[in-house]
Amino acid sequence: MDSLIASLTARLGAARVLTAREDILPYGFDGTATLKQLPACVVFPRDAADVSTVLKLAREHRAPVVTRGSGTGLSGGSVPLPGAIVLCLAKMDRILEVDSANLTLRAEAGAITQKIYDAADAVGLFYPPDPGSMKISTIGGNVAENSGGLRGLKYGVTRDYVIGMEVVLADGTICWLGNKCVKDVAGYNLRDLFIGSEGTLGVVTQVLLKLLPKPAARQTLLASFTTMDAAAETVSAIIAAKIIPCTLEFLDQKTLRCVDDFAKVGLPRDAAAILLVETDGHPAAVADEAAKIGELCRAHGATSVRLAATDAEAAQLATARRSAFSALARLRPTTILEDVTVPRSELASMIRAVEIIAQKHALTIATFGHFGDGNLHPTILTDERDAAEMHRVELALAEIFEETLKRGGTITGEHGVGLAKKPFLKRQLGDASYELLRLVKKSLDPEALLNPGKIFD
Amino acid sequence: MKTLRDLDYSVLQQCIHCGLCLPTCPTYVETKEERNSPRGRIALMRAIADAELEVTKAFGEEMYYCLGCLACTTACPAGVNYAELFETARADVEKAGVLASPKRDFVRWAALRVLFTRPRLLRFVGRALRLWQSSGLQTLAREAGLINLLPDNLRRLEPQTPAIRARFSHQLIRPVEKPAAPRHRVLVLTGCVQDLAFSDVNRATVDVLLANGCEVHTPPVQPCCGSLHAHNGDTDTARLLARRQLDLVNPADFDAIISNAGGCGSHLRAYGHLLHDDPAYAARAAEWSKKLRDIHEYLVEIGFRKPASTAAASTVTYHESCHLCHGQKVSAQPREILRSLPGVELRECAEAQWCCGSAGIYNFTQPDTSAWLQHRKIGHLAATGAQVVATANPGCHLQIQGGLANSGHASTEVVHPIVLLARAYAAEKTPA
Repeated sequence: MDSLIASLTARLGAARVLTAREDILPYGFDGTATLKQLPACVVFPRDAADVSTVLKLAREHRAPVVTRGSGTGLSGGSVPLPGAIVLCLAKMDRILEVDSANLTLRAEAGAITQKIYDAADAVGLFYPPDPGSMKISTIGGNVAENSGGLRGLKYGVTRDYVIGMEVVLADGTICWLGNKCVKDVAGYNLRDLFIGSEGTLGVVTQVLLKLLPKPAARQTLLASFTTMDAAAETVSAIIAAKIIPCTLEFLDQKTLRCVDDFAKVGLPRDAAAILLVETDGHPAAVADEAAKIGELCRAHGATSVRLAATDAEAAQLATARRSAFSALARLRPTTILEDVTVPRSELASMIRAVEIIAQKHALTIATFGHFGDGNLHPTILTDERDAAEMHRVELALAEIFEETLKRGGTITGEHGVGLAKKPFLKRQLGDASYELLRLVKKSLDPEALLNPGKIFD
Repeated sequence: MKTLRDLDYSVLQQCIHCGLCLPTCPTYVETKEERNSPRGRIALMRAIADAELEVTKAFGEEMYYCLGCLACTTACPAGVNYAELFETARADVEKAGVLASPKRDFVRWAALRVLFTRPRLLRFVGRALRLWQSSGLQTLAREAGLINLLPDNLRRLEPQTPAIRARFSHQLIRPVEKPAAPRHRVLVLTGCVQDLAFSDVNRATVDVLLANGCEVHTPPVQPCCGSLHAHNGDTDTARLLARRQLDLVNPADFDAIISNAGGCGSHLRAYGHLLHDDPAYAARAAEWSKKLRDIHEYLVEIGFRKPASTAAASTVTYHESCHLCHGQKVSAQPREILRSLPGVELRECAEAQWCCGSAGIYNFTQPDTSAWLQHRKIGHLAATGAQVVATANPGCHLQIQGGLANSGHASTEVVHPIVLLARAYAAEKTPA
């Protein structure tokens, strides 16, 4: 280990290699509850060439490499392994080019998602994926986890915007995949292999993103309901009416109260559930859709429907919603956030299943999520120091996954498998496709040095 | 006083390390290294509580690299009480003595134990400084290059030495001043630096309270509030000073206790917590915390009278003191007061809630980061083109004034919002 660190220091410079306990302790975790592991060191490359150097040295010394951006992941994807090099790309954070003629943006992997949104916005363009942590998450991390966000329903997820990338392979080779062309069928689409690969196949160092024209108008609605079922049924009704809003968010009472305690945006605290809906596009279409959505909410039992009066108010509501997961920590010390996703017709029954599981195991579970795309975030509020309760949490999680798969759903919609959902992946995929994952991993990382033990063993 | 090891563990557990604090933390933005972020520092504190880490020199340095600006507490959806963690951690660092050196120990002793516990001595030193400044000796020393004999960090700060006023608060304010028909009864705290360098702010505070029907009590000699001590790991002295304050003032006698300095107010509000385990003072301290108000907050609460005319039309931008906006969550009220001034246009600046680098004595202990923040702040303030910078904390006032003077913006006035309001009330009586 000492010789590895000496080589890293010699090649990158002492300031770019952290080894002191006080320096590396804060890299022992990411945004996931209860997981932590001290790495051997943390390195900060300047560019793809530095990354290549690190991977070659890691190979020479057989040290595992865990790539990290801002460490906001929610499945333990960037939690280190014993003896690992944490390869932190947070300092490679430049936005390299905004191409208004081709509607593309090129950035280093450590660029902050919010800054990418802002850079596009400044020239009248739009980068839609908006994960909850977008103020600090990195684009490289978004690509590694194929992050979603509030706008997934209408605009899709990170994968839908990545048209090119620079990636460093396990042996240190640097490749470019993709280009600015709208159409391109030359060879396999290898980009897709790396998107959502959770740092197990290569290290993405640059990303070329597709942008959209900024929608001319936006309107946000806030609808309150006296039962969770009524809110869930309203979601189904909106989709069935062939309306695809930009966002269609659900918050139950526990969540909305915590969010309002933090953000103080005047949410209806007595409602059993609320829907936060945003429609965007041509002003006439927006007005029409907003009116129809309002009618559907009322027809399905909404007790009130409030329209955001200004853009500032709409932005405030969206920001408040993004704080939901962290705000729930106000209730109990440990918040275990899940990410199950079901076909939208199964939403109401899935929520009922979560409620029954919570009762059965005497647990507090708050639920919120991107209901428009069937993505739920049931969050178990617990205390990691209570061993008996943590055992019940494990039982409840297994049952939530079981109920999800029974309905044709997936164990993770947007957070990734990482460490947290690894035990359940095989059950979802079935043997053949699970083995295919391993085959891909073996061919790209034969020595199993890139984030080993994540997704599968 | 509690240490990290015996602190209620749930305060540490409250941090779920989601990372939403990172973009608002100036030191993380400067280095992009987790150790310099709020969640990184909390992880180190938790490691100490879990006996995975000792209180080391590196830990001590990290706790003093933190500005204590509390921007993380505004960003934190989980509601982590970082102020308590930070003060406990700094107290642990002092107890462990990991940063001790003869020079540091002497400076700390002289400042925390001698000067800022004796208000009369502090005023005496203020007088001496005033003499130095007004006699021309300061100018002489500057011109003769004597200032260059000072150590680096002092030499850099020398131009920022507060200009001491000819008259201090007790010479400008009578112990009790009454309006024609009093509706409220309040006590005004005059502070330490505020008393010596900004006694005009204290006078203005009394004036605007009188103009809004308040009977104002201002004890002529007041102890230091202890904020300097609590923020620098000397909780024992902070508790001692809080008790002295409570011996002097019975909060039950007043509708409100008024602070006009962001940094002091943030600490003064916490007396209830600071003394919660002191049976003799807990009840009185709780009452004190309940009554404590920032001046802007109180004026808005009682529905202050909008002035009918202003001293002069101007453009104003507002810099938020960290401990006013993050520590006390008072952000809208100073703006409401500025907007009420006829003829004044309020221009928002970027990063108004970012620390200016003053941060108590941070500009002394961490000159490089402080200078970087000062430069960043002056850039945003200057970009507004405003003629006046309003801010409500003496540390910010001096740091911004110094920064403006060094960057060719010496004509930009720096002023407390309450002084502007007092001027507007005064202008009503003497129409132009």
